[in-house]
Amino acid sequence: MPGSDFQTHPVFKRGVSAKVRLLGYATICVVILVADLRFRYLDSLRESLHTIISPINTVASEPVKLLGNATEHFSNMADLQDENAKLRQHQLDGAERLLRFDELERENAGLRELLGMRKKTPVKSITAEVLYSVPDSSSRKVILDQGKKAGITHGLAVVDADGLLGQVTRVYPSQAEITLITDRNQAVPVQVMRNGLRGVMFGTGQGMRALNDVPKRWQQAAQSDIGPGSLELRFVLANADIQPNDRLVTSGLDGIFLPGLPVAEVESVDREAGPFAHVICRPLGGVEKSIRVLILGRTELPPPPPKPETGDPPPLSVLPKGEHQVKSGD
Amino acid sequence: MQFTNRSNRLLRPAKPWFVYMSLFIGLVLDYVPFGHHPGIPDWAALVLVFWCIREPLHIGMGAGFLLGMLIDIGKGAAMGEYALAYVILAFIGNSLARRIMWFPSLLQALHVLPMLLVAQALMVGVRMFVGDAFPEWDYFLSSVVGAALWLPLTYLLLLPQFQPVDRDENRPI
Repeated sequence: MPGSDFQTHPVFKRGVSAKVRLLGYATICVVILVADLRFRYLDSLRESLHTIISPINTVASEPVKLLGNATEHFSNMADLQDENAKLRQHQLDGAERLLRFDELERENAGLRELLGMRKKTPVKSITAEVLYSVPDSSSRKVILDQGKKAGITHGLAVVDADGLLGQVTRVYPSQAEITLITDRNQAVPVQVMRNGLRGVMFGTGQGMRALNDVPKRWQQAAQSDIGPGSLELRFVLANADIQPNDRLVTSGLDGIFLPGLPVAEVESVDREAGPFAHVICRPLGGVEKSIRVLILGRTELPPPPPKPETGDPPPLSVLPKGEHQVKSGD
Repeated sequence: MQFTNRSNRLLRPAKPWFVYMSLFIGLVLDYVPFGHHPGIPDWAALVLVFWCIREPLHIGMGAGFLLGMLIDIGKGAAMGEYALAYVILAFIGNSLARRIMWFPSLLQALHVLPMLLVAQALMVGVRMFVGDAFPEWDYFLSSVVGAALWLPLTYLLLLPQFQPVDRDENRPI
């Protein structure tokens, strides 16, 4: 290292030598890294510092927003008319179901009461806008313009009109960070709408361009229009009943997401990869496009799962309270 | 202070407020969400390296650490990811400063390129340690663009030091 001539001359005192300082700073950095990544000790510090920087952050994201608004403003008439027609059609399609929704919900509540089942937890929803996506090439996250003040908490689901987009992973006082379902560290428990088959959906963190390292037969599947981000359904046995164009919805088994939110559609199934099928899916919601989003959450958490007895295997039939009552009633 | 150690022209000393302001502007530029386009330079790292070479007695690892932490928080990266990279970047910048100042700007850029690449490689290393995949190769394009901007950046950041000592009212620049 040519830096070895960086020695303190006895005439000019410059304090501790550069190498010692480097060692000190590097150690501090590593300690901070471990404290943040492994133990999450620094979340409150990060939150308070973020409050100080967030004005700078907002100012910095302004030009990009302005550009986006300008393109929207000058987008041509035909596009707008097209979109308008589509929205009208959409509204008509949904109108009939919406009209019956109230009545169905009342009926559902009545039936649940008759069966003695636990009431469905009420849902809270908050609307927000995407400010910008996090400028980090390895993750797929966006920042919303609402935060703790609007009632957003960790773990809530974020949806748009077509399906699930992601999950709230960090909450600041007036902003929130969403990890999109296409991020490689994001998992969503789902089930196939057609037959109730359960699985766990992971993001691949990549669009079609990065799918090069998968085998050849995969590339053909990847080259069909997967879009900017694709999803992968893992831990599905090779002989499981799943086929392209199956719709996947959240199963709600994690106790965090509401059950029944549309997530994705199966793009391709490869059963020859091993004991598990390799299932690639396409998100239904505009995961990397939507600007206006809805944050959905349960107003209260479901009861925790029963603790297994120590030493004994976990009980096989952990039925909800309601089902026992139904059986005894028969 | 000279333009390079070989040039005959003496420059005015750098003003501390200008140094800190340029670092701050680099920070703000880093916060601008350009999206996932490859080849957008890490402005803060570039300005930091510039002052580490020009003012090795004032700007060094401490400044790098602070700047890195601010970027970590603003970008939502792991705390310490950028800080570690910037501390090491500042160390290399400081220790190579005496050497680099002997070269003309284009050759200086060739020195800066591997320094920026080392910083990026460190960040990739931290992310891979957490479990992320190795990024696409065009991720490293940002260092190349940064090094290419070295020459214009040198003139831009030295502009206040080019001013003559005696201000001539008829020729303000």
